[in-house]
Amino acid sequence: MKYDTLVFELSKSGRIGYSLAKEQYPQYSLNDISEYLRTDELLLPEISELDCVRHFTNISQKNFGVESGFYPLGSCTMKYNPKINEEIAKSYSFTKLHPYQPVTTVQGALRLYYELQQTLAKISGLSEFTLNSYAGAHGELVGLMIMKQYHLQRKDFKRNKVIIPDSAHGTNPASVTVSGMEVIEIESNELGMVDLDALRAVLSDEIAGMMLTNPNTLGIFEKDICDITRLVHEAGGLMYYDGANLNAMLGKVRPGDMGFDIMHINLHKTFSTPHGGGGPGSGPVGVKDFLTDYLPNPVVKKLDDYYYIANEKDAIGQISGYFGNFLVEARAYSYILNLGKENLKWVGPYSVLNANYIREKLRNDYVLPIQDYCMHEVVFDGLVDNPNEIRTLDVAKRLLDYGMHAPTIYFPLLFHQSIMIEPTETESLQTIDQFIETMKTIAEEAKTEPETLRQAPLNTPISRTDEVFAAKQMIFTYKDYLEYIRNEG
Amino acid sequence: MFKYFPHTKDDIELMLKELNISSIDELFHSVPKEVLLDKEYEIASSMSEQEVRAYFKALSEENQELVIFSGLGLYDHYTPSVIDAITSRQEFLTSYTPYQPEVSQGTLQYIFEYQSMIQTLTGMDVSNASMYDGTTAAAEACFMACSIAKRNKILISSTLNPNTIQVIKTYLKFKGHEYEIVPAKNGVLDREALEAYLDKDTAGLIVQSPNFFGLIEHYDGLADLLHETKAVLIQSSDISTLGVLKSPGENGADIACGDCQSLGMPLAFGGPTIGYLATLKKHVRKMPGRICGYTTDSSGRRSFVLTLQAREQHIRRAKANSNICSNQSLLVLYSTVYLSIMGKQGIKDVNLRSYQNAHYLYDRLLKTKKFFDPFQQPFLKEFTLETTISHDLIKEALWKEGIFGGFSLAQFSDDYENLINFAVTEKRTKEEIEKLLSVLEGLS
Repeated sequence: MKYDTLVFELSKSGRIGYSLAKEQYPQYSLNDISEYLRTDELLLPEISELDCVRHFTNISQKNFGVESGFYPLGSCTMKYNPKINEEIAKSYSFTKLHPYQPVTTVQGALRLYYELQQTLAKISGLSEFTLNSYAGAHGELVGLMIMKQYHLQRKDFKRNKVIIPDSAHGTNPASVTVSGMEVIEIESNELGMVDLDALRAVLSDEIAGMMLTNPNTLGIFEKDICDITRLVHEAGGLMYYDGANLNAMLGKVRPGDMGFDIMHINLHKTFSTPHGGGGPGSGPVGVKDFLTDYLPNPVVKKLDDYYYIANEKDAIGQISGYFGNFLVEARAYSYILNLGKENLKWVGPYSVLNANYIREKLRNDYVLPIQDYCMHEVVFDGLVDNPNEIRTLDVAKRLLDYGMHAPTIYFPLLFHQSIMIEPTETESLQTIDQFIETMKTIAEEAKTEPETLRQAPLNTPISRTDEVFAAKQMIFTYKDYLEYIRNEG
Repeated sequence: MFKYFPHTKDDIELMLKELNISSIDELFHSVPKEVLLDKEYEIASSMSEQEVRAYFKALSEENQELVIFSGLGLYDHYTPSVIDAITSRQEFLTSYTPYQPEVSQGTLQYIFEYQSMIQTLTGMDVSNASMYDGTTAAAEACFMACSIAKRNKILISSTLNPNTIQVIKTYLKFKGHEYEIVPAKNGVLDREALEAYLDKDTAGLIVQSPNFFGLIEHYDGLADLLHETKAVLIQSSDISTLGVLKSPGENGADIACGDCQSLGMPLAFGGPTIGYLATLKKHVRKMPGRICGYTTDSSGRRSFVLTLQAREQHIRRAKANSNICSNQSLLVLYSTVYLSIMGKQGIKDVNLRSYQNAHYLYDRLLKTKKFFDPFQQPFLKEFTLETTISHDLIKEALWKEGIFGGFSLAQFSDDYENLINFAVTEKRTKEEIEKLLSVLEGLS
């Protein structure tokens, strides 16, 4: 019997799971402010500590993590999350600092922030970073605000349009809208890359800039990158680098050298901090020197050996409470120091080698829509030999049965049956060979046992779910659930 | 060789042979030569694990841990030990957004439990699990209000945390919305002044209680006032205080937002925390971020999935209400474990003890005749006093005793020149409180 209990269902009135010190000043009572107190009852659990720990341990076992097995989720860079980083983030004084403490008592925290932003600048070929942005999409928004602010400061008011290739991640156009600018989408050419003619056709004095992921979302390097950045610059626009795929570039290319002016980095991808089920991430934003004045407040500055906090007048403003996800930043810095310049430069090459090896070994079984070498991830477009019309979804679900996480599917949108595989540099040849064998087995099953694939997964805690029901019933809480059960029963 | 790179020389040779190339460099042939990196990164050399430890220990020693007697949005509450044990489990820590529900029921279930807890605390119907912090949650709430009311102007109560005001301003300014700041009277929202600001362009009003000064605001009739003009009420609150204080739902709010840091999360120099954002069911399609819903699997088993994804950026792209992609999952888990272990009684006990500690300190400080209460309003665990003693003197004297508190609000506004802030949680002991008092009593 698989564990199937909600924490609320363990509850019994009067049970507790915590211990607090005795009341020190019992002469004060909340009754003194009774007119401000809630009267609605709280539907919170009352459980013992063991019940609590057991509950979350049990539900954790229905999850799949990087340490459970191969996690080739394209575009997400699910590399190993080193243990030393966790130790660093939890030990020492970093967890205990209040950001408003006297600056003299947080010199170590400020130095960590400053050194990390400088290190990221060296790795990126840019001048300075803010670490205040909390995630990749947040970084995009901040970067676009900087782009907009730059044009406004120059009184170039009509520049309000941002060019984005149709292959971009959904966050790119959404970030443009939130920054108050307009999206101009350009179609990719038949190789999945930016079409220079299409780009030229949209360039004008209304262009604020262009957002580009390179390697792009198809996992290939934009070979015309120098022409692209030159054309956009000549038209008066700025180039924004979406760092989603930076992992492939480590050791080989710096975004600043390609002509990018602004970028964000996902520390939770390239710099190994854990994804945590979707967050907290960290999305530092870097700029070239002519844009540093616009970085968001607060800014960490250095004078000789003294670090201090400044709020600058030309900054785009404040975009976070304080200094971003500081403990995530500490983890990333630990990773960078551990690898150092001697090892960091191999991250890109090894991740690219792994992806191309998979590409080569699976090309007879899965459709390869792009013929050139890929970078850190490879995209297939469904099965080669597919008499039973097995879909990519079925292949992905079947992988779960074999103890591996599914790749990203149905993205990029340019193909109908996309399977996007990103192995990362931390996976061994044995693991990758096992994956390849499994993918071949599934390709074979698609011919011989199509029903198994359509039913898959069969060995997971639950089987395929009814998503239409979820969207229609809108049962978002335990309260909703109890009502639903009452009405049904 | 390096510990995170499993490739041996033989492995690499074999792989290159399969690819029919002689070096990895050939895979990068499409990179123009002029941008290929031809030098080493100008960064530090590799450190061993032991050296990394030593490096961070040295950094850490440049900081000083202080006994915290201030809040301003970040509160030093007690952290039950079970939280770290659970949030460190790799199944939770190293997984991604739960796109494959068959192997993510752990994440999806705790998101559902979190949503349920936020629902009961806020008195709203539905919560997301995606906000980075309280400030950005407030900004997203303002966007929602503009989208619900189909209007362009947000009124911001001046008693909001200044950080929250700053972030809202940045977001609204760039998106092209307008805002006005509604003044305060006696440290709380000035209801009379508000009426003059309300007009047909007003999409919504955002208020905070307990507010920046720690004061509890009274919102009777406020929602009605806004709803008469078809505007939206947004209430921002420190989530922990909603364990005892009137909920946004009871106040008639349409959107509730704030930070969950007060659920025992470490101060951590300000992050990571998580923002909560909750609303009424009728507005759910205007809400950004991930939402989890109940369903069944093909065998009829209870299951959970991400739902209503048609709202989100990966589907709607430029037309999405928000660019949010995160779900702040690990901190959703953190909040859920905290609220499970503290439960119905614990959340009240934490507030009661904080209330007692804060009120004791408040009374003793007033008795010194060096500190005055300019507002005379009810408060919970945080309060603001006026003093003519130099704020720098207070800071220095307390710091010498290892205390951070009595924080000067002067940096936020010229109007706050003589004001200092105190917050006292259940963690502060009698000895710590007496020590703080003895320092302040000695100043003049």
